[in-house]
Amino acid sequence: MNHRTYFDVEGDDRSALGAQVGRQRARVTERLRDVQRVVAIVSGKGGVGKSYVTVALARALARRSAVVGVLDADLQSPTVARLLGAAGPLRVADEAVHPASGNDGILVVSTDLLLDDGRPLAWRTTAGETHVWRGAAEAGVLREFLGDVAWGTLDVLLVDMPPDTGRLADLATLVPQKLSAIAVTIPSDESARSVHRALSAARDVSVPVLGIVENMSGYSCGTCDTIGPLFTGNAGTRLAAAFDVPLLTRIPFVARGASNTWLPAALVDAIAPPIAHRPPATE
Amino acid sequence: MKFLCIDCDTQMTFEDRQQPGDGTFAASFACPTCGRRVAMLANPMETQLVSTLGVEIGGRTLDEQPLEFTRKAVAGRDDAFAEDSSPTAPRAPRPVWSSDAEERLTRVPGFVRGMVKKIYSDYARDRSIAEITPAIMDRAREELGLEGM
Repeated sequence: MNHRTYFDVEGDDRSALGAQVGRQRARVTERLRDVQRVVAIVSGKGGVGKSYVTVALARALARRSAVVGVLDADLQSPTVARLLGAAGPLRVADEAVHPASGNDGILVVSTDLLLDDGRPLAWRTTAGETHVWRGAAEAGVLREFLGDVAWGTLDVLLVDMPPDTGRLADLATLVPQKLSAIAVTIPSDESARSVHRALSAARDVSVPVLGIVENMSGYSCGTCDTIGPLFTGNAGTRLAAAFDVPLLTRIPFVARGASNTWLPAALVDAIAPPIAHRPPATE
Repeated sequence: MKFLCIDCDTQMTFEDRQQPGDGTFAASFACPTCGRRVAMLANPMETQLVSTLGVEIGGRTLDEQPLEFTRKAVAGRDDAFAEDSSPTAPRAPRPVWSSDAEERLTRVPGFVRGMVKKIYSDYARDRSIAEITPAIMDRAREELGLEGM
């Protein structure tokens, strides 16, 4: 073969796939223009309470008069819509999808609002080899959740991440300027190893980490102030030292009387400085 | 991507694209010098790969709609979205489907069946029609211009 190649041919590339992708990115940037910060709640493993922390943090911030949105990036196991009492349908108007409104006026978008009860995330396609394109498809949904939703003016958009570490890189690509992360762990050594990977992943894509939350850090019966042991280990302290970030708080597992609106003030303060000009709302 | 007519050393121009409904994709190009035409034919997996990127071969002819890919690709609730109406506004109950209408719906290619079902469901709800029958489907198809659905 002896013929010209792509860059030799000077005519327009009508498909211009690169430009189409560029416009998608620009759409995300424009849509998040009035969002002060985007905070991903990460862990690198399941079962540590990311969604609990996300919801509790969202409600605590909202009760300090912050305008808060929550994007559920755990597309396959979405929970925050239910936890925040948000329900569909999602309104489509003015060339955007409008988020559902949950407790304390928190704006929510989640695949939980799109899927039939009890049904997993599945794709309308006759194409096989799902493993080849599923990751790209999920990244496409995440991009649209950011770029096609009328988030409006927010003090903070919290993103409840899935257990895997790869989605943070997708998010960092789409929101390179405003993104930071909070890592959630439980005290155990196993959790420390997984969350360490998640924190390394955040560092690899230059996402600043605001700090560590150690969840299920001891056990409270809910009737007295005593905190007893639950898991062995000190993952929160170790991770904070290893990555030179603050251990924001330890949250005990409360057997009775637990409230998903309670969080230590230190954690809320880690997010709150941008909204400190507002007076706290009355509980 | 660009297509080059090697004999003429001329870039071919995009003519048309088709998605016949079996998950495949076709795009045709022609040489403006000699008139030779070629078609690029993609199998379902290749078509899906391009679709997941939210891009279109040959360029976009229509503006991208909000959550366009998600709404096309995710197999979800028929009533997940409410077009141009308040989410709190009362809507008619979800219509039931007669067995005849259900059977007819199975003839729609699987990858668009959910979207087609939603179109008919929305049509019925907007008109407070309690049951979707083949006659209602015919009426909707005529009013909404849904040939082939």
